[in-house]
Amino acid sequence: MKNMAMKELDNEIIKERSKSIRTKGRQSQPIQCEADSVAGCVSQRACVYCGARVVLNPITDAVHLVHGPIGCASYTWDIRGSLSSGSDLYRYSFSTDLREEDIIFGGEKKLARCIDELVERYHPGLLLVYATCIVGVIGDDLGAVCKAASLRHKIDIIPVESAGFSGNKSDGYRAACDVLLRMIASEEAVPKKDNCLNYLGDFNLAGEAWIIKSYLNEIGIHVNVAITGDSTYDTLLEAPSASLNIVQCAGSMGYMGKRMEQIYGMPCMNISFLGLEDTMDSLRRISSFFDNYFISSRAEALIKREYELYAPVVESCRARLQDKKAAIFVGGGFKAISLIKQFRELGMEVVMVGTQTGREEEYDTIHQMVTDGTVVLDDANPSELETFMLEQGADLLVGGVKERPLAFKLGIAFIDHNHERKHPLSGFIGAANFAQEVYATVCSPVWRYLNLDGI
Amino acid sequence: MTKQNRVRNVTENPCNMCMPMGAIVPFKGIENAMIIIHGSQGCATYMRRHMAEHFNEPIDVASSSITEQGTIYGGENNLKKGLENVMQLYKPELVGILSTCLAETIGEDLGRTASSFTREQGEGFTARLVPVSTPGYGGGHYEGYIQALYSIVVQLSQKTEKHDRINVFVPHISPADIREIKRILELMEIKYTLLPDISETLDSPYIQPYRRIPAGGTPLQEIEAMPGARATIEFMTMLEDELSPGKYLESEFGVPLYRLPLPMGIEACDELLRVLKKLSSKAVPEVIKKERGRLLDAMVDSHKYNGAGRAAVFAEPEVLYGVTRIMAENGILPAVLATGSKSPALKKLLQSLTADCDEKAIILLDSDFVSIQDHCANRKINLAVGNSDGRFISEQVGIPLVRIGFPIHDRIGGQRILSVGYNGTMMLMDRITNTLLAEKLSSYRQDMYQSLYKYPSAAANDH
Repeated sequence: MKNMAMKELDNEIIKERSKSIRTKGRQSQPIQCEADSVAGCVSQRACVYCGARVVLNPITDAVHLVHGPIGCASYTWDIRGSLSSGSDLYRYSFSTDLREEDIIFGGEKKLARCIDELVERYHPGLLLVYATCIVGVIGDDLGAVCKAASLRHKIDIIPVESAGFSGNKSDGYRAACDVLLRMIASEEAVPKKDNCLNYLGDFNLAGEAWIIKSYLNEIGIHVNVAITGDSTYDTLLEAPSASLNIVQCAGSMGYMGKRMEQIYGMPCMNISFLGLEDTMDSLRRISSFFDNYFISSRAEALIKREYELYAPVVESCRARLQDKKAAIFVGGGFKAISLIKQFRELGMEVVMVGTQTGREEEYDTIHQMVTDGTVVLDDANPSELETFMLEQGADLLVGGVKERPLAFKLGIAFIDHNHERKHPLSGFIGAANFAQEVYATVCSPVWRYLNLDGI
Repeated sequence: MTKQNRVRNVTENPCNMCMPMGAIVPFKGIENAMIIIHGSQGCATYMRRHMAEHFNEPIDVASSSITEQGTIYGGENNLKKGLENVMQLYKPELVGILSTCLAETIGEDLGRTASSFTREQGEGFTARLVPVSTPGYGGGHYEGYIQALYSIVVQLSQKTEKHDRINVFVPHISPADIREIKRILELMEIKYTLLPDISETLDSPYIQPYRRIPAGGTPLQEIEAMPGARATIEFMTMLEDELSPGKYLESEFGVPLYRLPLPMGIEACDELLRVLKKLSSKAVPEVIKKERGRLLDAMVDSHKYNGAGRAAVFAEPEVLYGVTRIMAENGILPAVLATGSKSPALKKLLQSLTADCDEKAIILLDSDFVSIQDHCANRKINLAVGNSDGRFISEQVGIPLVRIGFPIHDRIGGQRILSVGYNGTMMLMDRITNTLLAEKLSSYRQDMYQSLYKYPSAAANDH
């Protein structure tokens, strides 16, 4: 398979897609990204609604009402691993469940009735109404319905402009950030709190935001609010009172950080708590921002303790994983970059890197990081993943639910790096979990038995 | 609110997925077939994710990826380009084209696009295109499945010479269920065309090299030849005539139709075997008779444990009916019966099935899980049977869930769950009985201590 003739390979790739596939060292033009998906290519991307839902859904005490036919609500019902320390209202799936007659006569009245019912039953402080493809097309005025309902019930009822066709997942992130910005906007100046930051772009999957909060708390920094992992309406409103924004998932929340910098003059720092190196580096950068001897010394003590605890775990896995080959296909470019570093920590070679919605500058960074011969793809489809994983001899794929069965059918190990996972991958403990998960799949005995001539 | 069941507008924790989702499944059961969904990119991706997690199989479904431009100026070009790319990447013999809410609302004409695409491709183009209208607001996944199955038969079947196969139509059941039905047909030495046959395509063995369209599925030529069959068995008793592929073949081509419930429960299995005996010259073989005997033995063995069961069942109509039958035959009270579908025929069938039960069943059509949960509390339910979306109820009120149907997202092996035939009935019963036993055994020491030793007067007041 490795020596697959180029001609044969050409047949596997749709012509229009070839600009979005680059082999480092072979092609010099930059990769095409941030473009619409090519029809019929079986893109792994979702839609605007999906992006908005990912970002906003972890707000635990909000009613998340999907205005549209039932499918959009059904496919996003409690599929993500965000944890809550309080309300579990966010795990409910609420839908206006539009039917044929609503499409003909419009869905505004039904939406208003649904809002009334939900407010009466659950008494939320915040109700978000997500637009789906159909809403704009049938001409429902979401803004007007929400505004009227908001006045009627005296709570925040905010429309999310997330019609599926109006862009890709990244546009959904942006729509979600706009909702958050609108929500936290206040006419009064908010007093600043000391040694206090907002933690953007962590959705508290399997308690990841809790890990980071405990680290920061220990070194004397207060996490004002994580946006949006385990957040509530009230804690989000406090966001302007912090003195720094740190951003984990830049793909979804980089925009929010930038906007808050413009509006509130709040500095913004991209950090990463994925992997030992990035975690240590991030803790040090955050400490130095606050320029406080006690914070810095406590940070060093924490780093020393945690590193000594978890580095041996990573090290023992590394010994078994040395020189194995990893393929990456994840949502955003920032996560891909972190993963390349993490595989390096494990002594593994990265042979393929792809993302659904990576940005140009992220692909530049990826290009600089990887070695010659590594294939980089944007918005890849199953055929391309199959072709390049086999061609590159990958031992492992990191990806999401849709990619998992493909890897397994190809006899390739797999780890989940998606919103559905049930164990944390952040911080020191997360780096150890990651190493152990990679070890458990790559070094599993099952691969030894995958031969077809046993009988 | 004077009415007990107030009419709500909002749907909370849905029982339904949407029409195109259901319509994917029959196409996945056709040999060498591919699917394209005409709509926004997200629809295909969400449905693929939903199915991949259940079947643990790669689920390739293309999208025409309609964008803002397509929404304003029409999506025909997107769909045609999508079809071209699907042909290049997958080389299918057949492509199912499914619409979505978006495509339907902006007025896309799938049929016209399909025929003009075929024309433009010229003579060398032999793939069959099967457009199906499946707006997301037009019904649930059950209705989508039926619509696609019916469209496939109507669009592909052609007048054919008589042959000795029978047609078999199945609702959405597991690949393991389909393998069991095929095994029974083969034991009865009956040749058949079963549609849709997802037994291999959505539960494929490990092979090398990988195939983008897995082997198996109903061959296209056999679907075309369905009008020449000597009979049709349709395991869907609640279909309206105008959506019944069996009825279509009967009225258009005179193929005799047997409409049977899914073989779940002793009586429904017997009913199937009686029909098969009629269609075969062969007597029921010993191996099946022994399986029947073993089921009877198992029913007696577990009947006292089952007597304690008060169940809520939620599933697609035919499976719901089948599970209810098994319960009614074995003394488990089918107290709350729910489905996302609106099927009026189902309600009548369930009412007559449960007429002899100790308490009247609550039947919920077009339901959601919050309604089911409310009724579970009222009816003192101690057992839930249905898909994994019911885990929410388990988690919140502690009712154990026996998993069956689609989707099963929180356990592995949804595609291998067997619940039809004498064997499948027995296995489903065992799962149910063992769940009741596990529940009882996990707490009875504590329960007895609490009620008889620590607070005996409270127990007396209860009685």
